[in-house]
Parts: sequence; C-alpha cells; structure tokens
Amino acid sequence: MTTPAVQVENLRKTYGERVAVDDVSLAVADGEIFGVLGPNGAGKTTTVESVAGLRTPDAGRVRVHGVDPLADRDATTRLVGVQLQDSALQPKLTVREALELWTSFYADPLPWDGLVERLGLAGHLGQRFGRLSGGQQQRLAIALALVGRPRVLLLDELSTGLDPQARRDVWGLVREMRDAGATVLLVTHAMEEARHLCDRIAIIDAGRVQAMGTPDALIQAASAATMTSFEPSGPIDLTVLAGLGGVASVRADGDRVLVEGGEDAVLTVLAHLAARGVTPRRLRVLDGSLDAAYLDVVQRKEMA
Amino acid sequence: MSITTSARRSPAWAVLRTEFRLFAREPGSLFWILLFPTLLLAILAAVPPFREPDPGLGGQRVLDLYVPVSVLLAMLMAAVMAMPPVLAGYRERGILRRLRTTPVHPGSLLLAQVGLHAAAVLVSAALVLAVGVMLLGVPAPGHWPGYLVALVSALAAAFAVGALITAVAGNTRVGQTVGSIVFFPMMFTAGVWFPVQGMPGLLRDVVVATPMGAASEALNDALVGSFPDLADLAVTWGWTAVLVVASVRLFRWG
Repeated sequence: MTTPAVQVENLRKTYGERVAVDDVSLAVADGEIFGVLGPNGAGKTTTVESVAGLRTPDAGRVRVHGVDPLADRDATTRLVGVQLQDSALQPKLTVREALELWTSFYADPLPWDGLVERLGLAGHLGQRFGRLSGGQQQRLAIALALVGRPRVLLLDELSTGLDPQARRDVWGLVREMRDAGATVLLVTHAMEEARHLCDRIAIIDAGRVQAMGTPDALIQAASAATMTSFEPSGPIDLTVLAGLGGVASVRADGDRVLVEGGEDAVLTVLAHLAARGVTPRRLRVLDGSLDAAYLDVVQRKEMA
Repeated sequence: MSITTSARRSPAWAVLRTEFRLFAREPGSLFWILLFPTLLLAILAAVPPFREPDPGLGGQRVLDLYVPVSVLLAMLMAAVMAMPPVLAGYRERGILRRLRTTPVHPGSLLLAQVGLHAAAVLVSAALVLAVGVMLLGVPAPGHWPGYLVALVSALAAAFAVGALITAVAGNTRVGQTVGSIVFFPMMFTAGVWFPVQGMPGLLRDVVVATPMGAASEALNDALVGSFPDLADLAVTWGWTAVLVVASVRLFRWG
C-alpha cells in the first residue's frame, strides 16, 4: 500500500476548555480530492490548519507525504499550497505585486498570467487588494495557493463569495490541479461543491468523523437515499404510506405526493399503490441529496 | 509569456522590495519621518533668541540642542508611531500566518519593516544635519565615530520600544493607541519640549535614565566633540536588551 498524501491520526486540539478537535483520523490518497464537511465549530478548520502546520495538536499525528508539518517547515511549505479562511493581504498591494511576490517564493512556479486569466483577474492586475471585492480577493487567494504548483492543496471554504460561474471556473481549476498530480483537501459548507468535486467526503461534527465515504455512498447510506414523487390517480392515506418499511417521510405538495426513504422505499410504495389500484402518474424517482445525507448524519448524532 | 516575471529572485529580497513599495505609498509616514524633523528645526531657527549662545547651556544655542532632538523625533515617528500599527495590522489580517505556509519565514516581513523604517530615520537624520550645518549654521558633529555610535544606540532603543508595542498590540487600532500613549512621554524625554541638557537637576537625572533621555545626552556629547558618555550608552543598550527580550517573549504570529 502506498503512503497517503495526507495522514491524520487521532488528532486532538483544545483551546482552553473548548475541544475543537476531539479525535479525528483520515487518510487522503495521492491524487484524491477529499472534502471535509460539517457544521460551524465542528473542527474542520482546525484539522486543515494542523495539516498546514499552523496549529500544534495536543495529541495525534499528522503527516503530509510522510513529512511532519510542525517539525519540517521547509519541506512542508514546499509541498503544500494553502488558501485560508480568513487571511488578507496588505491593503495597498496590487494584484500583480502579490502574484510576483508569491511567484518568487517557489522553485518551479506556475506562470501566473494563465491563472489570472482563468480566475477572471486579468483586468484587475493594477488594483490594490483593499479595493477588490470579496469575490476577487477570494480568487486571488486561490491563485496564490496554486502558484507554487503544490503537491497538496489545502482549501478552506473555497467558494465563499464566488458567483456560480466563478465557482464552476474554480472547480475546473482544482480538477486540473488534481489531474496534474496534486492531492486536494478541502473544507466546505456547500453540498453541491462536495458532490461535484470530491472523490470522498468526511462529515465531521463535534470534533469527530461521523461518516466517511464517496458522496454516492453517503447518500445511499442515509435514511433518505431516494426521493420519489407522483400524482396519485385516486385518494390515498398518507399516514399509511409513511408507515411503510424504509419510508422516512411523506408530504403532499399540491397534487403531488413526495416520499423520502431508503433504497427499498420506492418498490414498497409502488407495490402499496398497485395493491389499491392507484396509478402513480408522472412518477419521478431521484437520488436523495447530499444535503439530506449530511443532515441525516449530523442530526442522528444530535439525537443520540 | 511571463518567463521574465517568474524569473527566480531571492524571496527575502522580493519581500523587502514589496514592502519598500508599500512604504512609499504611505504619505503620512513619509512626511512625519523624513520631512517633519527638518521642518521643526527650520521653524525653530526662525525664532531669534534660539539663535543666541546661552551661557546656561554651556555656550550652546537652543537651536543646536534641537539637532539631536529632531533626529530622535524622526526615530520616535518611525519606530513608535508608524511601524507598530503596520505590523499589528499584518498580524490582525492574517498576513503573517499566511506567510508561514510558504517557504518564506514571516520574520522576513518584520525584518523588512524594521529595516525600511530605520533606513528612513537615517535619511531623515542626514537631512536634519545637512540642513542644520549648511543652512542654519549649526556646528557639524565634533566626534563623528561617537555620533554614529550614539545614533545606532538610539535607533536600537527606539525600535526596541516599537517592537514591544507591536508584540502587545493585537490589531492596528491598539497599535496606534499604544503608540500614541508611549509617544508623548518619549518625546518629552527626548527633549522635544525642553532640551534634556537644559533640564533642572533632579528632572534631568530621571530623564537620562530613560532610553531617549540617555540617547539625547549621547548624541549631544558627540555633537559637542567627545565620544558619548559610556553610562548613557549603557542605559540605551540596557533598555534595548530588556525590551527586545520582552517583545520576543510576548510576540505572536497569528
């Protein structure tokens, strides 16, 4: 077995009384795009910052391509490209100056003109950081994370403040970096982002990994893996429907009935309707959303 | 193609060059550090009694005493007023933290800022001396090596005070506030309102125990023509050592 690009074992970090990360373990394979999801204060950022070597864990072990990010700063900073959640630049520094400065830090930097073009910053090279919009600042932060051709990309809240088009562009760039051999560890709130971009996801809550797997596997494992909707040809009792095996929830939306449930719920519902001579008109069966899977994991934990 | 722009330069050099550009974009700092001290000297030269030798000052003129005072003022403007808010802002904005994730140590940013502000002080000091000696008839330093030693000692003490303010200030605003609070008593001890050499006995004994008071004595000794009193140099370096150790202990990168 090859060594993972990022390895976190039993990470624990407290700030005074507050436990930010209780016990997190994860391994990101070389060339993988790995997403970390979770509610605010779950410990996502602390985990990623520990990988970047910005936090000193109370316990546990972190390795980036076998390197200890705390002990060997030189090797680590050459391996990783980082986009932090709240970091700004000097207000009077122009976009061009920032890119030139960052370019000078690395042995084999990406030509930044291409990056700037892709990120829609080409028209803002002479603009000062303090005068950029939030989205432009974010795009510059992403450019600076990529410019050193990192083998491991650490991205915290990648698409905050980006419009849908810019978000797609950034996803495209991240995929290209991966195709060029980089490993990506990204923290996100956006389910759509996790679904589109990530090979695997860890859902972290209360400082622990609550679920881990591919987006599809997480959705399928959830109690609301599918969403079935139809217009019944005759009257049906929704409470009976809700009591069927595998059905998680039932609600009416005008003429349509919406049923959320596990993989088997569809067949059970259809069999039930057939037995009563009711035809499900305009039947739609959709995969459940990652949103639902996520809420399923987080809420199940809260109830426990 | 950006082959030329991405040509490799020393990262620390690139940091210094960038910070130099940013420093040049602060007209306020540039005025108060580079021009104001000379301007102050020129204004005082316009007051006739200040141009007369004063037996109570050992035959020196009040104007002569304001030469070291103006130089010390440039130091305070740079080290205490201008630099701490800049560096506290860099920490507050996460710039130091961000730099820690690159192959460049954020210390290079601190070093660049200290170096640039110190260089500005030296330029200002040269301007004060040039204008004073050439236009206002102030005597040139009588003991040049002694003058340089006094200048470097004063510079070290002033930036040690600035370093401590930077270390304790969590953000730009606190940096500015603490800087201003420290600035006024230091201006007094530097002799801005009343030259140290003309202060009455007990007050003078207290003031020469402060970093700027001792620096003022050292600069004036060299100006008059002797190597600075070692006791004054010991006071400035003692303060410098204590303040630097405290700053290093208290400093946080993020």
